[in-house]
Amino acid sequence: MSAPTLIAGSTDTPFAIAGRTLRSRLMVGTGKYRSPDEMVRAIEASGAEVVTVAVRRVNLNRDSDDGVLPHLDPSRYFLLSNTAGCYNAADAVRYARLARAAGFNEWVKLEVIGDQDTLLPDTAALLEATRTLVADGFVVLAYTNDDLITALRLEDAGAAAVMPLASPIGSGLGLLNPYSIRTIKHRLSVPVIVDAGVGTASDACITMEQGVDGILMNTALAAADDPVRMARAMRLAVEAGRQAHLAGRMPRREVAVPSSPSVGMLE
Amino acid sequence: MTEQRATGREGVIPVVNGEERTVAAGSTIGDLLRDLAVSADAVVVEHNREIIRDRERLNTMVLATGDSVEIVHFVGGG
Repeated sequence: MSAPTLIAGSTDTPFAIAGRTLRSRLMVGTGKYRSPDEMVRAIEASGAEVVTVAVRRVNLNRDSDDGVLPHLDPSRYFLLSNTAGCYNAADAVRYARLARAAGFNEWVKLEVIGDQDTLLPDTAALLEATRTLVADGFVVLAYTNDDLITALRLEDAGAAAVMPLASPIGSGLGLLNPYSIRTIKHRLSVPVIVDAGVGTASDACITMEQGVDGILMNTALAAADDPVRMARAMRLAVEAGRQAHLAGRMPRREVAVPSSPSVGMLE
Repeated sequence: MTEQRATGREGVIPVVNGEERTVAAGSTIGDLLRDLAVSADAVVVEHNREIIRDRERLNTMVLATGDSVEIVHFVGGG
């Protein structure tokens, strides 16, 4: 796949986390696809470089292998392991360390979930796990809610990126609070990557228009009728939203302003 | 499975991924992985809560009854 072609005048500052420049502002997950082949083609169409994976027990009583690595070329994609399913700091730290022992990198998408129904984060435990993992040399990308204060505390704790949600994981409800996301982006120095809740391309575009550095999504692709086509749409939407943000939108007005001259009309 | 050849006093019973498994006394974690047809390079092993980052050690770590062994890998996730 060729590098994204930028239209003349659409240059952007490089997107980097912890000193590593990334070629795409779209990051994607690998869960819930109907088949490994569909997953591979969707990831390729998304143009993503960072691809998330989860740590689970090897199923020792089954012939089929649910491992994802046989399908993903680690030289082509940057694997970002998550701590999904962890409900306390100690478990999240354990999963992060298991992932690191796989030997790919020291990055972790840190999730510490606080509630089964909403999968919203336990922010106190998240902060505790962030401090522990940063002290242990990890590059922590912290999945959090859209709360500014928590985002600031995560940055203080050494998170390399903060990942506020657009809406709950897997909900596809889109960006529920653009103001919060905008505020978090304005106030943080580390990259802000919106993680979770994006449902379709317009959601991704609106999210990027808030000025955030990137988006991570999974279900929006995997649960689409055509994941490969949706991946392509998301790639374009992320790029469009980014360019619109950089372009600077026109002011909103409560009254109409004609686009055509009001002089020179016929008698 | 190892149950047929390692039973009774000759066997030890570690807990592997949450299930008791009988293996021959003297078996290492490396032996266990080979019995399970699991490639050590494709997994990460945790033994009694210690993550074994140096895979060479798997071939020297002898299992005992009650040992906890977790064998994990990467699966699809978001």
